Parts: sequence; C-alpha cells; structure tokens
Amino acid sequence: MAETAQAVDTTRESGPLPSPRARRRYAIVLASLIVLAVVFGAGLLVWDNPVPFGTAGFWKVAELRGTSIIVMGVVAVCQATATVSFQTVTNNRIVTPSIMGFESLYVAVQTSSVYFLGAAGILAVQGRIQFVLQIALMVGFSLLLYGWLLSGRFGSIHVMLLIGIVIGGGLGSVSAFMQRLLTPSEFDVLTARLFGNVSNANPDDLPVAIPLCIAAAALLWLRSRRLNVVALGRNVSTALGIRHRSEVMITLLLVSVLMAVSTALVGPMTFLGFLVATLAYQFADTYDHKRIFPIAVLIGFVVLAGSYFIMRHVFYAQGVVSIIIELIGGSVFLIVILRKGRL
Amino acid sequence: MIKLQGVCKSYGDEVTIGPVDLEIPRGGVTALVGPNGAGKSTLLTMMGRLLKPDAGSIEIGGHGVGTTPSKELARVVSILRQENHFITRLTVRQLVGFGRFPHTKGRLKPEDEEHVSRAIDFVDMHGLEHRYLDELSGGQRQRAYVAMVLAQDTEYLLLDEPLNNLDLRHSVQMMKHLKRAADELGRTIVIVVHDINFAGHYADRICAMKDGRIVEFGPADDVMTRDTLTRVFDTPVQMVEGPNGKLAVYY
Repeated sequence: MAETAQAVDTTRESGPLPSPRARRRYAIVLASLIVLAVVFGAGLLVWDNPVPFGTAGFWKVAELRGTSIIVMGVVAVCQATATVSFQTVTNNRIVTPSIMGFESLYVAVQTSSVYFLGAAGILAVQGRIQFVLQIALMVGFSLLLYGWLLSGRFGSIHVMLLIGIVIGGGLGSVSAFMQRLLTPSEFDVLTARLFGNVSNANPDDLPVAIPLCIAAAALLWLRSRRLNVVALGRNVSTALGIRHRSEVMITLLLVSVLMAVSTALVGPMTFLGFLVATLAYQFADTYDHKRIFPIAVLIGFVVLAGSYFIMRHVFYAQGVVSIIIELIGGSVFLIVILRKGRL
Repeated sequence: MIKLQGVCKSYGDEVTIGPVDLEIPRGGVTALVGPNGAGKSTLLTMMGRLLKPDAGSIEIGGHGVGTTPSKELARVVSILRQENHFITRLTVRQLVGFGRFPHTKGRLKPEDEEHVSRAIDFVDMHGLEHRYLDELSGGQRQRAYVAMVLAQDTEYLLLDEPLNNLDLRHSVQMMKHLKRAADELGRTIVIVVHDINFAGHYADRICAMKDGRIVEFGPADDVMTRDTLTRVFDTPVQMVEGPNGKLAVYY
C-alpha cells in the first residue's frame, strides 16, 4: 500500500504546469516567441537600410530605428501586463483597462490643446514636463475613480466599470464636438496623434517612461502569486486570507500607471492589449501570472514589431500601424479562438 | 468555539438579520436550517468575514473576526460559498492546491502536495484530479471546492450548502466525510443544509433560523420534533421512526 502511494505521489503534482508535457510545451512557446521577437527586432533594425553596412550612416539609421524598438518594448510591457492584471482583478476577460477612460482622457487632452491653441497646440502638449503631467492626470483621474467607487458604499467593481464607461463616453463626445469645429488642417495634425503610433513617441520622454514602466511591471510580477488567488474571485480569495479590496486597489493603481505611460507615449493602443492578453492565455495555458506575463509581453512585442515590419517593408504605408495590428492581430485572434473554442 | 454577540445585518429597511447571539461549541457538525431568506447564508458569510456585520462581534476560536488579520484567520477558519466565479483555467488539483495558500503563500512543498492528495481522495476525485474545472459537472466542481477547503486544513470549516448539486451517493458521502472530519480530526464544522433529514441524521447540533433570528438551537434530536419543524418551516411536518432514527416527512 505504502509503495503504491509512493509511486502515485510522484505523478501527483499541483504546480502551474503539472506534467512534463505541459512544461515542455511552455518552454517551446517561450523559446519560439523569443526567437520571433529577436528576428523581428533585428529585421526592423537592419532590413532595407539605405546606407551601406558598416558606414557611420548605417549606424545612425540603426540608432534611430533602435529608439522605436525600445518604444515598442515599453508599449508591449505596459499593455500586456496592464491588461492581464486588469482582467484578473475585474474577473472578466472581455474588458480592457481603456474602459476606465484613459484613452478618452488622452484624446480629450490632445483635442482641447489643438482646439484652444490651434495647430501649434499639439506642440504645447509635447515635452517632458507635459508628458509627466499627462501621466499624472490620467493616474490621478483613475485614482479618483477607484478611490471613490471601490471604497465607500458602492464597493463594486461593476459600478466602477460602468461609471468609467459613462465618463469615457462623455469625454469622447466632448472631443468629437471640438474636433468638428477644427479647421481641416488642424484636424489633420490632430488625427496623426489620435492613432496609436510608435513614431508618436518623443525620445526625450523615454527616461521617464522606462523607469515607470519597469517599476510598475516589476511590482505586478512580484505580486503574481497573489494575483493567482485574486483570479479565483472575491469570496474565495478572501477566504484564503487575501485582503481582496486593497489587493484590487493596488493592482489597479499599477495598471493605471502602465496604461498612462503607454497612452501618453504612443497614443491609444487598446486592441493590442486585449489581443495580447487573450493570446497569452491560450499560449501559456496556465493560471500562473508569473508565466502568463512573460508570454504576454513577448507576444505584445512580436505583434508590434511584426506589424511595423510589415507596414514598412510590405505595404510601405508609414503611419497607422494600429490598422495593421487590428487587421493581422484580429485575424490571428479569431483563428486561435475558433480553433480552440474557448476564451 | 464560535461566539456571536448581538450580530446584526440589514438589507434595506425591511429585511433585518439579528440581533443574533449564538455559541457553537468546539467539535462536531452544526447544521444551520430554516426557510429561504431566513438569513442562514448571511450569518455563515459573516462568520467567515466575507460580509461585514452592521453591529455586534464574532469570535472564532478566540480570534475576533474583523479584528484578526485576514491572513491569520485563513489558517483558523475556512469558508465556502455557493457560487464561485472564476476565470482562470484550472485543474481540480490546482484548485485544491490553492487551499494551501494561507500556509505556503503559493509555494507548494511536498507535504503540501500530500495535504492536497488527501483532500482530493477525501472527496473521491482522484481519477478526476487533472481535469479542468470547466470540464466538470456542477456536483463534481462542488466537490472540488470542498476539497480545496479541506486542504486549507483549518480547525473551523464553514460550508454554505455543500450538498448543492450533489447526487444521492455523493451527498451521503459528503456528510459522512464531514462527520468523520469532525469526529476523527476534531474539526468544528458549520454547514447550511436544506434537507432536514440530512441535518437530523448527520449533524450533532441543529440551529434553526427564521426571519433573521435563531429560533431553536440544540442537539439534533431535540430540534427534530414535529412541533419545532412545523413552526420553523411553516409547513406541516410529521416525524416517523425510520430504520436509522427519526425522519421528517413533509410531503
């Protein structure tokens, strides 16, 4: 009896990847994503460089492109970690953090700057101080929303989401109204900022964006064991000794920092976050956030870098990468979901 | 010992639960019975600190609920509610493994794996332990959650309708298991049950609630009488002598 129990025990594991097969599968997925990320990253750096290899000009071009790769990395980390954590604490895999009105706020800030200051206004909201102010505004706005709605008598995530949607919709309408009153040339200048685009990023902002992004993402990563429990819902996680409300608040605060950094840096990229999170759940196939986060970040980078590569070297369409992300990413998303048949 | 003093909770102006004063001694199975809306689940939920009472104090094994840090309380008392919404993809065994969280903070050691194995075998789910929760029936999932609570290895267990969704065989097994856990391991178990005969047969004590108040509390045999049950449930109940003790007949 004791022998059989011993023999059974070795196969009875409850880890996040319980069988050797699951572990192998995860390692393969991780390795392929790393390879893809490196290939696309290197491709963006050196492919079709107009200046001959090895000359000073070549490195100049590569350096410029290197900045946009760093921006992609920052955006991938921000969007991927923020969306996965947000979906975990809201216990919902359809919503994205943009529901809290980050993007409407960004659009409203950009629009009103052009509306009140003219085409030159778009410059008035660029620069490091303005960048920090925009982040502070977005984080402050969301803190107000969480602080008000999660404590006190509402105390419900659903009420918070609903009010976030309503406020976001309101801000959106105000922006739309102001946009209608702009002259065509001002509107044109504005539109370029309203599509998520890596070349929107100002390299001067990176010294602020990178530490913020790394700090917030690292804190979420360190909390992943708690996030695993929070994913079981309020009742179960409370019963297991998690202070559910404060856990949710801390996570939402970190999420809002990440979303604010990404949005202030490159503009709205919501669909990327949703796409990346959903694909990451499929590919990681585990509940463990420690393992979902890296996969999500890598997918985010691969999707971004891949889309840019295709945009620059296949379609020769400079500018609106979000359209390519939605086209290609959306198709991949549908294929994966339809093949697997579950979210 | 679970001690409630002047515990109150109101929903709106009309529905009020309490004030409840109750002392559940250590050990044994205590069944909370009563009609729908009597406040059984609410009371249990407040004991398990999932709901804050409007007034009054609750103490479990000397730990004040609401004053003791949740982390510490999770090693003393475990609670399982009826509906559990989850979004992650979990196997039965992984879910049960979460029961060890208060002790391990997420790092499972070999002895934790043993606890998990024992809890899974306890609810007869060895063959299903690597199935994903979304591939299980309601009753199987219910058993998986009970196993998680058992793996938490606390002295006090609060279960809200653990027999929900269970077939006859597993209901009987579950009650036998719980009784055994109480008798052999000295656990104190409080459950909400609807089947009064299950309560009468397996519980050591019955606590009957009605309209937010406790109307009867005592050894199962004392509560299982025609008059008491008729009064509590507002339904004519008759007692007959069954092969293994008294049975309430109400149909």
